[in-house]
Amino acid sequence: MQTFRFELGELPPEAEALRAEVREFLRRELGDAAPVRRAHSWGGFDREFSRKMGARGWIAMTWPKRYGGHERSALERYVVLEEMLAAGAPVSAHWIADRQSGPLLLRFGTEAQRQKFLPAIARGELAFAIGMSEPDAGSDLASLRTRAERVAGGYRVNGTKVWTSNAHLADYMIATFRTHHDPAKKHEGLTQFLVDPKLQGITMSPIIDLAGAHHFNMVVFEDAFVPEDMRVGEEGAGWKQVTTELAFERSGPERYLSSFALLLELIREVGKDPGERAAGTVGRLVAQLATLRQMSLSVALMLEAGESPNLEAAVVKDVGTTFEQEIPEVVHTLLGVEPTIDSGSDLQQVLGFLMQRAPSFSLRGGTREILRGIIARGLGLR
Amino acid sequence: MNELRTILSDVVTRLFTDRVTKELLEAAETGEWPDGLWQAVEENGLTLPLVSEAKGGAGGTWGDAFVVTRAAGRHAVPAPLAETIVASWLLSESGLDVPSGPLTVAPVHREDTLRLARAGGGWRLSGTATRVPWGAAAGHVVVVTEAEGRTMVALAARGAGEITPDQNLAREPRDTLAFDAAPIVAAAPAGPRVPANAVWLYGALARSAQMAGGLDYLLRQASQYATERRQFGKPIGSFQVIQQNLAVLAGHTAAAGTAAANAFRAADRGDAAFEIAVAKVRVGEAAGIGASIAHQTHGAIGFTYEHALQFVTRRLWSWRAEFGGEGEWAVELGRSVAERGADALWPHLTAR
Repeated sequence: MQTFRFELGELPPEAEALRAEVREFLRRELGDAAPVRRAHSWGGFDREFSRKMGARGWIAMTWPKRYGGHERSALERYVVLEEMLAAGAPVSAHWIADRQSGPLLLRFGTEAQRQKFLPAIARGELAFAIGMSEPDAGSDLASLRTRAERVAGGYRVNGTKVWTSNAHLADYMIATFRTHHDPAKKHEGLTQFLVDPKLQGITMSPIIDLAGAHHFNMVVFEDAFVPEDMRVGEEGAGWKQVTTELAFERSGPERYLSSFALLLELIREVGKDPGERAAGTVGRLVAQLATLRQMSLSVALMLEAGESPNLEAAVVKDVGTTFEQEIPEVVHTLLGVEPTIDSGSDLQQVLGFLMQRAPSFSLRGGTREILRGIIARGLGLR
Repeated sequence: MNELRTILSDVVTRLFTDRVTKELLEAAETGEWPDGLWQAVEENGLTLPLVSEAKGGAGGTWGDAFVVTRAAGRHAVPAPLAETIVASWLLSESGLDVPSGPLTVAPVHREDTLRLARAGGGWRLSGTATRVPWGAAAGHVVVVTEAEGRTMVALAARGAGEITPDQNLAREPRDTLAFDAAPIVAAAPAGPRVPANAVWLYGALARSAQMAGGLDYLLRQASQYATERRQFGKPIGSFQVIQQNLAVLAGHTAAAGTAAANAFRAADRGDAAFEIAVAKVRVGEAAGIGASIAHQTHGAIGFTYEHALQFVTRRLWSWRAEFGGEGEWAVELGRSVAERGADALWPHLTAR
């Protein structure tokens, strides 16, 4: 049986030194932002903020300088990330590109693609969306069937992507299409592309979430032409690239800090001298939080050391999303206050926002069930 | 893990694998002292990781103690190894000599108080300490108490007090020691790193590591069983519902190991009260859930005395309540967080 390892380690001094600088920046930029705004966490989209992050050198931190990066360590990046998330900074205009699309291009993109996109991402000027899911391909991602057929100079695309977060705001989308169809080998024949959402033949319509907000989109491709030079990686290499990309988004601090704003409001609410029940509730949540931070940090240290802690990353995401999902329930049980939309106290608004957001925590980036399947494979069960 | 710790881990694992057999565990439950095991543990220098080499110890760290204590939990070692590690640290931190043989600590209950009073040139010990681990089997008990307005560490030999035997769910001895102006071997003001609640605090630390080790065992054992046991024509581990349960157990096991390791690391740095509270709460929660999943996976066979699973699950059910249950520690932790205030939480977490 393969087991997991969570070795503890220390952040290097240069990473810790960055922390104070980031906090000062956030204090200035976010000022007295309302708790419910901070509760949006990495859902907040603010191009101005992203450009400032780019100017500070806090996007593309680990990339080579020749592509606009800063050649800093993954641990320095980790400190910036966790500070952003703990403060509830609106990072979503650069987040996806920094975390997934940029690293994907660095690894599999052509030199021309890297030159064209990476420096702009690093400046915080290019927002990306990810086009993976389809109406009949969710957890079973390999069943996707949006077709990209070879035509002169590129590909003709037909099909539908759904749940495409921020596609309506993004400058580009990294989409995975089927370039070859063999029902017996559905993991083969997938290919990734850089898609300009403004192309002819692409129609976008909002999918409104249960709280009435517009993050998701349905993106329909009808004979949309994608030029050859926008293909990312080899034809048919899409599955390998997608799974690599998903591993980038598994163990980061975004997998346990989504409800951090509510924990803070809870602590404010119970006051300096809480009763036993309130203190016990806070203590239990803080014990989970402190442990998750060490687990997440441990994975970051392994990644920095060049290891591939895929099982550990899946464990962090499963435990982390369970924790962040539980917080609204725990607060409800303890306080019983009504969750609200834009009336009532800060606590009520943050509770209302996160209660409605929480179901997505264990869906996005691979459902809880899929993750637990990955963990079970690591345990030798499949 | 550094190289020395890897060697240490190999040594303890080999020793416990060879020595802590089902027969030994069953004999220990009838009250038999595992003399051969204890001698082997002492000969390998595992009982005094935190005592300086000059005083006969290993001159190591809490990080080393974690390796030993976690392994002791993984193998359900039926002897006061964790207690001896803590007790010997209390003594050496306070400048007292460490006697050979098994040690224990008292009082382990917050409502129990032991009193030291001067008598001639020395001290006498009075009061009752309940549920002292291996109170009868240990050669000496190390007591932390207040006397004359300061925290004192005292060493009493077996026989100094009246013993009433009892046990925990795993039939590990949990004895009541009643002292009535009993003579003691030695006493000294507590060292600077020994707070008044040191027995409670470091007892909780030790139990966290033992429970983390117990969970390691449950995960390994349950995963293995799920690949061997066949129903409906295939291993039960091929059913998604079993896979999902074991993945949950894996998450709790990983969290428990991390929380406990982090508390031991903090102990090496100095003030570990925050991390110990975090560990006792997080590991205690994992222990209950983990025992439940491991039993569910094993079905009826795991519910028998014949199967070794119960040696660990019964310990987990007792250990999580010893030196403060997770509810009590959560209240303490929550109060400290509330007192610092919401805005101090993140800076506090990242500074530790």
